[in-house]
Amino acid sequence: MAAIWAVGEVAEGRPTRLTLELATLARQLADASGSTAAVVLVGHDVTTAAAEVATYGPVVLAVATPDDDRPAAARTAALLADLLEERSPDVVLIGASSDGKDIAGALVGLTDLPILVNASSVSWADGGPRVEMSTFGGRLVTQSAFVGTRGIVLVRPASVTAEAAATSGAVETVEVDAGARLGAVRVTGHTEQAGSAVPIEEARIIVGGGRGVGSPEGFAIIEDLADALGGAVGATRAVVDAGWIGYGQQIGQTGKIVKPALYVACGISGAIQHKVGVQTAGTIVAINRDPDAPIAEFADLLVVGDLFEVVPRLAAAVRARKAASG
Amino acid sequence: MHIVVLLKAVPIVGTERLGPDQRVQRGQLEANGNDEYVLEKALKLTEANGGEVSLLSMGPASAIDALRKALAMGATRAYHVQDEALAGSCIRGTVDVLVAALRKIEFDLLFVGADTSDGLGGVVAPAVAARLGLPYLSYASEIRASGTGVSIDRLSPTGFDVQEAASPAVVMGTQLLGEPRYPSLRGIMQARTKETTTWSLADLGIDPASVGEAGATTRFIGSETPPQRSGATVVKAPPDEAAAAIVDFLATRRLI
Repeated sequence: MAAIWAVGEVAEGRPTRLTLELATLARQLADASGSTAAVVLVGHDVTTAAAEVATYGPVVLAVATPDDDRPAAARTAALLADLLEERSPDVVLIGASSDGKDIAGALVGLTDLPILVNASSVSWADGGPRVEMSTFGGRLVTQSAFVGTRGIVLVRPASVTAEAAATSGAVETVEVDAGARLGAVRVTGHTEQAGSAVPIEEARIIVGGGRGVGSPEGFAIIEDLADALGGAVGATRAVVDAGWIGYGQQIGQTGKIVKPALYVACGISGAIQHKVGVQTAGTIVAINRDPDAPIAEFADLLVVGDLFEVVPRLAAAVRARKAASG
Repeated sequence: MHIVVLLKAVPIVGTERLGPDQRVQRGQLEANGNDEYVLEKALKLTEANGGEVSLLSMGPASAIDALRKALAMGATRAYHVQDEALAGSCIRGTVDVLVAALRKIEFDLLFVGADTSDGLGGVVAPAVAARLGLPYLSYASEIRASGTGVSIDRLSPTGFDVQEAASPAVVMGTQLLGEPRYPSLRGIMQARTKETTTWSLADLGIDPASVGEAGATTRFIGSETPPQRSGATVVKAPPDEAAAAIVDFLATRRLI
């Protein structure tokens, strides 16, 4: 019987949202193809996370590894390469996070498996995964498949909605000897930096600020609106370059590509380099003084006005609406 | 110190098209945005510590313009892998070709930009590193190189990790490495006479049937144009009314 695997990630003891999405997708593909689904979780203590992932349906393969001074992605990739050789799953779903990309790339090098990247949707057709990719900044969707039967699929965040299953999967503890086949990299330090609590790739709602926000202090009203909506703060490259906000919040060509249900663009003109990062958002609301800004071409609602007047009132109105609807 | 910078010539963002053969049309190309940041860092490191920067690109003849610009910025030489049989290569095929090319070059560090704007994969560099058995350091916001090794700051969700490895090593970098310079007029003049080596698949000892469309491990099935947004509803109203209009709009779409 074919086997669909997903590689999960654990942050602070909990599975990431992307991991729960992959667990759901693995289950759906297994159902569609009459296969088994499993999620691999790697870490020094993944017990709690494994129990949570199992409620999404797949069997969880919990691989306990002591923390060492290798980067997490390298540790996971070396171990997965051994596990893939031993158990030969047909499809391996990996989330398109930074670590996920590093793991997937290393596996391609170590195992020679084919890979399809940038998947915005995965279905089952003709005996294998059918992968949709949103490309050219959302202007085109392409479909691809593997020539053979096996391969790795790198799946973007928000490609599926995570849904718990009627029946939980079992948790299996797995022991693997990870060979040291990758060139040695040592992690010698870590520095904490203030930033958004929610990674923008995982946020359902994002409020973005551009040059029109005017100053680092101007972002206070953007942050307040994000707080009112329960979302994260994003930004354009211009304001990241200006040092008003961290690179982790940058949306666009050389930043992150996001797919929130709602994007509120404040003082953002909508240059192509920004547009490609957010075009597949569910709904786009723009607040801009210039009715002819390029953002008008890809927003659903454009409010022509001064963001310093509109945004604080919008935050208050959102809070009032939420309070009224209890 | 010899730093090789991997450079991909990509369609200019916003102008990408599929050709009649359903492949990305490689018309006018530019260097992938993220590649220019690592090139800039490579130039700064060799200017400060001595050494040379070489470029390596796999792509069609039209990739030469992107290579020329990078040479004008200050790179010493370029290696261009170009062969008609490469069209339609899958990621694994691309990795095979780059690995073969890199085995012909002695280098201390290989610099690679984060994701390309056309492929959005971000997996070629770690695959190349794994195949060559070299350390792979990624998402660098800073790179420090010494004669014997490299150290980077790797962006993490909560800050950054310091990572170290011995040379030779592969380093993937981000926009935070700093704004790329513009080529000077002198640089543009000098670039015309700089050494550009073109390698065919035969030069690399690769069977053309193992790469390109013939050897691809993935296949293209089709494409469609998703429905575009039909144009924004425009609200021009005093701030209080505008805020109320947005809230009503969000409520109808069940977003609040």
